[in-house]
Amino acid sequence: MPLASRHLLGLEGMPKEDIQLILDTATSFREVLERPIKKVPTLQGKTIVNLFFESSTRTRISFELAERRLSADVVNFSADASSVRKGETLKDTARNIEAMKIDMVVIRHAAPGASHFLSNVIKSNVINAGDGAHEHPTQALLDMYTIREKLGKLDGVRVCIVGDISHSRVALSNIYGLKTMGAVVSVCGPKTLIPREVEKLGVNVFYNVDDALKNADVLNVLRIQLERQDRTFFPSTREYHQYFGITRGRLKNAGKPIVIMHPGPINRDVELSADVADGEASVILQQVLNGVAVRMAVLYLLGTGS
Amino acid sequence: MSKMKILLKNGRVIEPSAGIDAVSDILIVDGIIEKMGARLSGGKDVQEIDLKDKIVAPGFIDMHVHLREPGFEHKETIETGTLAAAWGGFTAVCCMPNTSPAIDDASVIKHIAERARSVNDGLVDVYPVAAVTMGREGKYLTPMMELVEAGAVAFTDDGAPVESADVMRRALEYASMLGKPIIQHAEEVSMTKGGVMNEGFVSTALGMQAMPPIAEEIMVNRDIRLAAYAGARYHVAHISTIGSVESVRSAKRKKMPVTCEVTPHHFTLTDESVRSFDTNTKMNPPLRTREDVEAMKEGLHDGTIDVIATDHAPHSYDEKQVEFMYAPFGIVGLETALGLAITELVHKNVLTLVQLIEKLSVNPRRILSLPLIKFGEGEKANLTLIDPECEWIVDTQKFKSKSKNSPFDGWKLTGKAIGVFNKGYFLPT
Repeated sequence: MPLASRHLLGLEGMPKEDIQLILDTATSFREVLERPIKKVPTLQGKTIVNLFFESSTRTRISFELAERRLSADVVNFSADASSVRKGETLKDTARNIEAMKIDMVVIRHAAPGASHFLSNVIKSNVINAGDGAHEHPTQALLDMYTIREKLGKLDGVRVCIVGDISHSRVALSNIYGLKTMGAVVSVCGPKTLIPREVEKLGVNVFYNVDDALKNADVLNVLRIQLERQDRTFFPSTREYHQYFGITRGRLKNAGKPIVIMHPGPINRDVELSADVADGEASVILQQVLNGVAVRMAVLYLLGTGS
Repeated sequence: MSKMKILLKNGRVIEPSAGIDAVSDILIVDGIIEKMGARLSGGKDVQEIDLKDKIVAPGFIDMHVHLREPGFEHKETIETGTLAAAWGGFTAVCCMPNTSPAIDDASVIKHIAERARSVNDGLVDVYPVAAVTMGREGKYLTPMMELVEAGAVAFTDDGAPVESADVMRRALEYASMLGKPIIQHAEEVSMTKGGVMNEGFVSTALGMQAMPPIAEEIMVNRDIRLAAYAGARYHVAHISTIGSVESVRSAKRKKMPVTCEVTPHHFTLTDESVRSFDTNTKMNPPLRTREDVEAMKEGLHDGTIDVIATDHAPHSYDEKQVEFMYAPFGIVGLETALGLAITELVHKNVLTLVQLIEKLSVNPRRILSLPLIKFGEGEKANLTLIDPECEWIVDTQKFKSKSKNSPFDGWKLTGKAIGVFNKGYFLPT
């Protein structure tokens, strides 16, 4: 059964069965990754272009590994969006690359909706690898895969996303995906980093991290940046760590096991103390491994669909 | 376009300022109303137009138009912009000073006036609105007296709000000597930096940087206080939020000389439209919420909102064919304004036709101290003919405007202009 859409632009509105299908398919590829020879011929002859208009290490490598392990031909394009903007438009760049006969495009871009725009101007399958603070669907899928792997289910699991919700594509995709799968989602952070009316997305809002911990089985801790667009949203990283940082002491006070996730890269001892990041409750490296399997699943389902 | 004897038969003539609302024939000879009355007949050489169930209104004026010339002729020119205006039912437009160079010098006004006279037989009157500050940079006042003498009808730094309260105060004081209003694009820019849409649930759901509605409201409130202090006239351009409308309503209750305008898109569309990532839903002020749209209608209905103006902002196809974040703000409006107003306001009982005509002709002329258009024998014929029941489909490719950036392509509207008269010329549209 193919996916409802021929693109993966976001998890908002994606049917539950499609998410289920991707996660189940990822289980098979996860098994492939444990083999001595981690390569299957599934996408042999398909050409995939990774269009990265924003710097990214792990997402780009993860996609590239996934593509190569499916035996696709891979081309990488990296550029700073602003410098490209001065010369060629996204539409022209994409159309020129497409003219060379390609099959799929993976795009990372600073502008929300950039992947939607791309899907309107080219014929290839488009996979959103992050569009500004909008969506990052494969990250949320790998997060859900990891939660399911760890806790055996998603339905009813209480997940709290902690940190800069306003500027996070990870937060939005997680909210959309987890809500669809029946999880109970909350967000926590200083009010200055919680977008307005976020509760209308069906999430609980906490400004006190200890309260949030009491109501969570899983914490998805987001990277925090002091400055964004020359504006500051909280007083200092020191204060942030003191009042919102996830520390061993806080977890102990919560009095129950809580799974710790982080999409990376981690600011050690800012949003997450180093001992928690490396501790027994952390599944951060599993997330990274699962990311390859989930991306293989997405590429496979879109690349072999009608 | 033709210059001849024309007899308008059976039209419903509405001129709100004189309280006229009656069916009457009008004989126009060489651009002058020669006769009005029942059952007029012309001669052999008279062109008769039957206007049964149609409206004859005083010529409409759009007081917020970007003609883009000089400087941005790839988007629009005075020729294409005024033709679009005529097709939309407007016999006059005010052109905004966001040109290059800006309208901060009498020579620019003279250039515009000369171009306006020489295109489309001068069918559409062009009234320049000059900049408040030099280069629209918010620092030094423009030579307002000289600009008024050259033909400026008001002042604005449109697109660039006058940020400094002190500069705004002096601008209001200075303009008040001339009896001219300051028109403000009300936006507290420290709060809107980087914003591309309204801040609210939809911007949260799309992860877009956003402009909070209070950024407009704070500026409207500040300016109303400043205008009162300076004893000056203040006009809010493209008002868009509940709070702004409330502020203007309360200022009017206190008899302050504060007026405002709303665009058709702000009484028709909400920020939900942005979910399409269509760059033709990107404008400044941004599309707001359903509640704001309702407040616009309420403000129009109770008279708080004086004027309907389009903020016609042409951009070329390529300029809008980019990521939402990078697209320029603005949409064209001249050729859909009347259709949207009749469809959304008249047919939905927000305004009567008489009230609509007030907001498209009488009120803007009063705000700008332009002579009102009279119906009477010997008066110049400056008219807009309307078919309020005509159903039509918006096709942007047929626009006379050089640019087609409209979110209303394919919309089915009821009501449109069927012709305009001005300066002795008739353009059936």
